[in-house]
Amino acid sequence: MSTGEFTGDRAARPRAVSRELTDILQNERCQVLASLTRLTGDLGLAEDAVQDASISALQTWPRTGIPPNPRAWLIVTARHRAIDVLRREGSRFAKEREAALMQLHEAPDDFSVGVLRDDQLRLIFTCCHPALAAEAQVALSLRVLCGLSVAEVARALLVPEATMAKRLTRARQKIAAAGIRYRVPDDVDLPDRMRVVATTVFLLFTEGYASRSAGAHERRSLAEEAVRLGRLLVQLLPGEAVLEGLLATMLLQHSRRDARFDSAGDIVLLADQDRARWDLALATEGVELAASAIRRSRNAPERFAVVAAISACHAIARTAEDTDWNAIVSWYDVLARLDPSPVVLLNRAAALAECGQVLEALAAVDALHGLDDYFWLHATRAELLRRLGRGTDAAVAAALARRLTDSPAQQRLLEHRHPGL
Amino acid sequence: MTSYVALIYTPDVDWSQPEYAEGMAEYQTFGEDAASVIRGGAALYHTPTATTVRVTGGKGGDVVLSDGPYAETKEALTGFYLLECTDLDEAIRVASMIPGAWNGAVEIRPALPMTVRVPSLETSDTVTQ
Repeated sequence: MSTGEFTGDRAARPRAVSRELTDILQNERCQVLASLTRLTGDLGLAEDAVQDASISALQTWPRTGIPPNPRAWLIVTARHRAIDVLRREGSRFAKEREAALMQLHEAPDDFSVGVLRDDQLRLIFTCCHPALAAEAQVALSLRVLCGLSVAEVARALLVPEATMAKRLTRARQKIAAAGIRYRVPDDVDLPDRMRVVATTVFLLFTEGYASRSAGAHERRSLAEEAVRLGRLLVQLLPGEAVLEGLLATMLLQHSRRDARFDSAGDIVLLADQDRARWDLALATEGVELAASAIRRSRNAPERFAVVAAISACHAIARTAEDTDWNAIVSWYDVLARLDPSPVVLLNRAAALAECGQVLEALAAVDALHGLDDYFWLHATRAELLRRLGRGTDAAVAAALARRLTDSPAQQRLLEHRHPGL
Repeated sequence: MTSYVALIYTPDVDWSQPEYAEGMAEYQTFGEDAASVIRGGAALYHTPTATTVRVTGGKGGDVVLSDGPYAETKEALTGFYLLECTDLDEAIRVASMIPGAWNGAVEIRPALPMTVRVPSLETSDTVTQ
């Protein structure tokens, strides 16, 4: 765009340019950081160098215009910056510093698609290394892969900022000291490692839904960040059932985001949701991906593919009454074989009740162990007992559930179902 | 390359007893299989043989001894290896082959890359003579 064309709009233009600028920086950050981490072999140093390069871009580009290849500009600038830091830094072990400097000086400027793709994968697999605690993986992913500030990560995960800063520092130290190498796992390890990445991204996604009360805005965007990572993973490693299943699961759940709460912020259960408020585009994409994930793992179904299939059964039902609960129960049977956890069995029991087998469902719920402190166990029991006309028992179960939750939305849900609680 | 110490926590067995010969043989096999990365290590006598040493009041203070291991736990430190691996993934692969990993647990810890000055054996006349 040439200058001086829109003189009448002068006041708006600098803002527009700076908006475009920050968008570019935001979009390129993960890729630039990924390449820098390969070049420096040091995540912390790479983060600092990329941060400096971004500041430099914000100062330079408004004057010079946005360079034709902003990504290359940022990588080259950050690379020089890393060299400066390494030269000045005395605390590093001399041998490591020499190696890093040599790599920074001698590695060719390679911005080819293959190299950039591998760089991103290396960064993802490093942040989601199974030797890091799940909470550290989630925090690192948000900070490093999504580019959230420490304060934003802390707010999103409902942790004090100082605690989050410490958690991130510890994770980076472990990566450096314990020798978690910045690389794509070997073929033999790849399936397991992809499952770890998928689990972490899904954890991040569910964090976005865990609480509506505190920091609702951040938490909504948390789910969106997770979806973005899911899309990136499918793009980087196409044709993987676990990743397609992950993305499908997230898209399907996310397609119902506007229908999950009413205007008062109360939970609306799937059966009562206004399906016109479901995001049809997301749901359609999710159903297609779920089908693809199931096709790809037909002999040994991937957990995420099966979870997506269950979610897809709901998505294709035009009304709650149209839901094919028999299909859902059989998918839960498959899921229970892969993951016989009490939560899966509880969900299977709830589906069984929808098939009309309420007594069998209650027996299945009563046979579960290890969920005594789980809100949904008692809420489900209360609902089953209510349907069986056992009002007194239902009230006892509902009161138990009530005591187990701090969430106002969950409390109100119980009050709706069990008036007089 | 990174140096790792693999600390083996298992039931507190007395390796010197003949009934553990089979267990020792498993370690022998592991030692041969992982020879290229093992830089050292030992099986330890069981914890009743341990002595815990503390010095109170800083360097040169009173030496206080207690009979037994530092921490009384169900599973005890019963052996260790010093490993040299390219990265944590390789160290994890090696550690998962140590018999203690299925008889208990193996903790792998990276060792700081610094040279500990040890008097060389060649110049120490008490050893070479």
